[in-house]
Amino acid sequence: MHLNFQMTDDILIASAVGELDHHSAGTVRTEIDETMDAFQCRHLIFDFEKVTFMDSSGIGVVLGRYNKVTKKGGRVFLASCSEFVEKILYMAGIFSIVDKQKNVEDAICLLNGQKQMEMEVSASGE
Amino acid sequence: MKLQFSARAENEAFARSAAAAFVACLDPTIEELTEIKTGVSEAVSNSIIHGYGENPNEMVTLECRIRAGGKVVITVRDEGVGIEDVEKAREPMFTTGKTEERSGMGFTVMESFMDKVEVVSRTGEGTAVTMTKQLDISYGL
Repeated sequence: MHLNFQMTDDILIASAVGELDHHSAGTVRTEIDETMDAFQCRHLIFDFEKVTFMDSSGIGVVLGRYNKVTKKGGRVFLASCSEFVEKILYMAGIFSIVDKQKNVEDAICLLNGQKQMEMEVSASGE
Repeated sequence: MKLQFSARAENEAFARSAAAAFVACLDPTIEELTEIKTGVSEAVSNSIIHGYGENPNEMVTLECRIRAGGKVVITVRDEGVGIEDVEKAREPMFTTGKTEERSGMGFTVMESFMDKVEVVSRTGEGTAVTMTKQLDISYGL
């Protein structure tokens, strides 16, 4: 498995390509955490479109990132999950805490909408 | 089919691919194949992580059998530390792994993708997980 990273503002988009299992989970975890820290990203979008296989190790990877990101006030999104990947994440109840979006664009759109609202609220408060 | 490999994380992908290749002659659906691969991946990861503590000098055994009518029986065996309380280990979210991010969902995933999951374990002697799955081969007849 390898990861492709993209950034827009303070959002990190991590696109995973290949098989996510216990073996690859370690690298995925470290790479995402290091990139988040290095570029001071606030939000994280997992792009799972090109994930060809995933077992329960994926649950730990998503949960772990969720804990780190939300601690710093950010949000985590899952985008483009296959039916199978979704099934495994669903078993662990991931979708009750992490937002699922059809694709990366929708997730970015939602985050930008949230930012807009935050700006308006702070402006009206002054 | 019987396969033995070192308890290295790299071999998880090898084990599930080998199981998938073995059952391919039954012409399974993509979904069935993915479910079998996932079940094997979970059981093999358990042996490597929990059974052997990722000690590459230890060996994991994978056995696959095809029974009449398209029934697949897969056994993953280790001679590792064993599971103290199998019932508890099978509960969703139960994990003994503290240092890394473990979900404790391995057995739950196996149970939902395979028809039957049997666990035989003895502390200090090892664990054998046998998973059975009936493939839907009726359309081929």
